[in-house]
Amino acid sequence: MTTTIGDNTYDLEAEIAQWRSFGVGRPGVDEADVDELEDHLRSHIDELSEVGLRPDEAFLVAVKRMGQLDELSREYAREHSERLWKHLVLAPEESGRSDAADRRELVVVLGLAVAAAIAVKLPQLLGQPLDDPDTGGFYLRNASLLVLPFLAGYFAWKRAVGWTVLAAVGVVFAAAAVVANVYPYGGDGHTEILTALHLPIVLWIAMGVAYVGGSWRSSSRRMDFIRFSGEWLVYYVLLGLGGGLLMAFTAGAFDAIGVDAEVFVFEWVLPAGAAGAVIVAAWLVEAKQGVIENIAPVLTRIFTPLFSLLLVSFLVALVVTTTRLDVDRDVLIFFDLLLVVVLGLLLYSLSARPPQASAGLTDWLSISLIVSALVIDVLVLAAILGRISEFGFSANKTAALGENLVLLANLAWAAWLHIGFTRHRYRFDRLIRWQTSYLPVYALWAAFVAIAFPPLFNFD
Amino acid sequence: MQLTKDLVAASATPLVLAILSEGENYGYAILKRVNELSQGELEWTDGMLYPLLHRLDRLGLVEAEWRTPEGQRRRRYYRLTNDGHAALDEQRAQWTMITTTLKRVWEDLPMPGPGLDPMAGARWEAS
Repeated sequence: MTTTIGDNTYDLEAEIAQWRSFGVGRPGVDEADVDELEDHLRSHIDELSEVGLRPDEAFLVAVKRMGQLDELSREYAREHSERLWKHLVLAPEESGRSDAADRRELVVVLGLAVAAAIAVKLPQLLGQPLDDPDTGGFYLRNASLLVLPFLAGYFAWKRAVGWTVLAAVGVVFAAAAVVANVYPYGGDGHTEILTALHLPIVLWIAMGVAYVGGSWRSSSRRMDFIRFSGEWLVYYVLLGLGGGLLMAFTAGAFDAIGVDAEVFVFEWVLPAGAAGAVIVAAWLVEAKQGVIENIAPVLTRIFTPLFSLLLVSFLVALVVTTTRLDVDRDVLIFFDLLLVVVLGLLLYSLSARPPQASAGLTDWLSISLIVSALVIDVLVLAAILGRISEFGFSANKTAALGENLVLLANLAWAAWLHIGFTRHRYRFDRLIRWQTSYLPVYALWAAFVAIAFPPLFNFD
Repeated sequence: MQLTKDLVAASATPLVLAILSEGENYGYAILKRVNELSQGELEWTDGMLYPLLHRLDRLGLVEAEWRTPEGQRRRRYYRLTNDGHAALDEQRAQWTMITTTLKRVWEDLPMPGPGLDPMAGARWEAS
């Protein structure tokens, strides 16, 4: 220890700058946070210097009192999980994550992906045809059941969830298996298709319980799950595009030398790849390759105004031409999908938005998008209700109508909250909490359609 | 005095809300006030105050604003909102209830004398 008095070589500014550089760029900590911490540090150093400490001593004491940057950044990360999304996953509690752990995870992921691929191929090898109109769609009904358990298993392993959560998720999957395979579907297969479409939604949300590690009550964890779902979709589409190219080239190249590879490609590579990609996409989102979080907000910014434009011009055209909407089931499903897209854009823009930022142009764009979608949807709903009162309820129409109402209710209240937010009546947190607390509604409605509709409509 | 982590965490919110109810303030000054009020007994890890303030901000109990007062550094000032005042009242009622209850039961117990092992609490916490 040096005892020199009046040591002029000590450069406090350099020390502070270095301390800053340790703080910036940590998960969960942003520039403004470090500004705030630096002000704190300087205030403390000033005060210690006034009572006679030398700058280097004052610096050391102040830094020590500030606390370990690791712990601090973890605390910030807990509070600002949306920022984490831009970095890697939460810095692990114990000292750094080793390469061995990364490798083990990779092995688990690949193992689960292969297992999912085998699970998808096995029924076919045991005699279930890929698509046979007579035996109904075994694969149609069971596709999600064959793959999603492995995804749930991955998260159950990764989050080390407890037995109760594991059992709860397992019960949902078992019940889904019963509904998919024990019900005596027949007739035109309408309810069978409905079950096939709605089970994946239920199972995906059940998987979400494993994703959040069992803390499904927490709004911020649910929001993480919503983000995960969006990003998973983007990765899955990317993998699908790449896989499609690969298959096209495989078939083409072997075709050129007179070997027919099409059967291999379509019966083996396609189903196995599609199943394995579900797991791999999830792993990619988890491992954060650092690309998507920059793309998603950009995509949202581009498509929110474009979709608003489309909807408004459609509305104007509808009024000007005074056409009577020709509504049948397909139109209703089309508008359901439109609402899903609008909801997706809204969720992406919510999740990519720094919650502290005040209301701006993006918010007004979101509001105009939602409101125009709502107006159109109300018109369509009015028309379809007329149709239903004329021709009675069918399974398909009822399901589509229910979906429409579920989405309509969400978006209407979301628009109300969003307008309130721009007028400083509600806090941004309310918008997020509305979306996260609505998640069970989707699960319950989808479960209701999958479980109750077949018996209600005589397994038609 | 060594407090358990849980107790520090639980008491931090009402304490910060109460200090902000005296008027808007910034992080370092809030900590100094904590120090002053507890006569140096309550020791927080300084940095941890900020994530807490951000949480209160998200919950709408406080409002934050960056400002540069005359001749000083740029700082983020925190101010109690109406919701914050309501939350403070609520917290105050709860803590008053707890402390009165504890006081009633402790009235009948002898005060711990100097003969007691001062590290007993810390050891119990560590176990």
